[in-house]
Amino acid sequence: MDPKSLKEINEARRARRAVILVTDLTDGSDRVVRENDRVSGGLAEPVAKAFRSGKSGTVESDGRKHFLNVHLPPPRLVVIGAVHISQALAPMARIAGYDIEIIDPRTAFATPDRFPDVPLHADWPETVLKDRPFDPYTAVAAVTHDPKIDDIPLKAALDAGCFYVGALGSRKTHGKRVERLMAMGLAREAIERIQAPIGLDIGAASPAEIAVAVLAQVIAAFRSRGLAEEEKSRAA
Amino acid sequence: MDHSAAFDETIDPLTVAETWKNEGRDVAIATVVETWGSAPRPVGSHLVIDAEGNFQGSVSGGCVEGAVVAEAIDILESGKPRMLEFGVADETAWQVGLSCGGRISVYVERLG
Repeated sequence: MDPKSLKEINEARRARRAVILVTDLTDGSDRVVRENDRVSGGLAEPVAKAFRSGKSGTVESDGRKHFLNVHLPPPRLVVIGAVHISQALAPMARIAGYDIEIIDPRTAFATPDRFPDVPLHADWPETVLKDRPFDPYTAVAAVTHDPKIDDIPLKAALDAGCFYVGALGSRKTHGKRVERLMAMGLAREAIERIQAPIGLDIGAASPAEIAVAVLAQVIAAFRSRGLAEEEKSRAA
Repeated sequence: MDHSAAFDETIDPLTVAETWKNEGRDVAIATVVETWGSAPRPVGSHLVIDAEGNFQGSVSGGCVEGAVVAEAIDILESGKPRMLEFGVADETAWQVGLSCGGRISVYVERLG
């Protein structure tokens, strides 16, 4: 492997950017492809597919065997609201392999006592986002019920192309939210990406059950990431 | 690749490889490039090895690491990458195999 390729891969991983290392198995040469790089020739389609699926593998192109090693950032779950649901969601998400963090400006809620060992930001989401912006490998669950806290991160999540955006609230509450988000300049089509009421419909009643429903929905969104676009491109 | 939580830089094989290289060590990188049947580590998994046989990471559950490390030391000397195959189908008794019954291809190359 070219040491420059290794350096580039490691930098991308630290910066949460997706890259693929393409190794020509015939001569051992390699190069790093970033998610929006143009790839020409027979490798274009396999590379695009590997970015979508996250699956590494060997492909044959132009009579040569290439190994595509996909490095996608680990999925992150940001929960807006240090509430009862979040207390159950945090340990569950961690077990499922997600980097979890919780944001809530209400210092009475966001206390280390209530959230031991969970990265906790007792600050406004817009402040936290300046240092830790959302990206396509982030899931955002807004569960405070308070427009002052939830609305801005919801817009930021849609703008950043987060793979999952969910918001707590009844259909009626969500209807009002849609109006507010449209007033903030979001298109209706973008707003429709919000999962509301939040969580899979499993009849969840307790905060812990709602946490299961939310986590299951996040996992489903992550594992089907890009499949919609794939279907669209097949239909086209 | 592994969709586990953020990588731990002290044991992440690709980070370790870069650190070792920067320290002036010779480094080989082994990568699982194909699996058939049940395989303990997914395609894309890495094991990195230095010329003294120190290693970090894994390409199997520990079944074939010893053999990969031995080959890697050869490859560090020759500089030529090699594709290694392991599986229970190997009837030569002295070869190492996978107890899970799967087969894997491991590509071993020199870094730089």
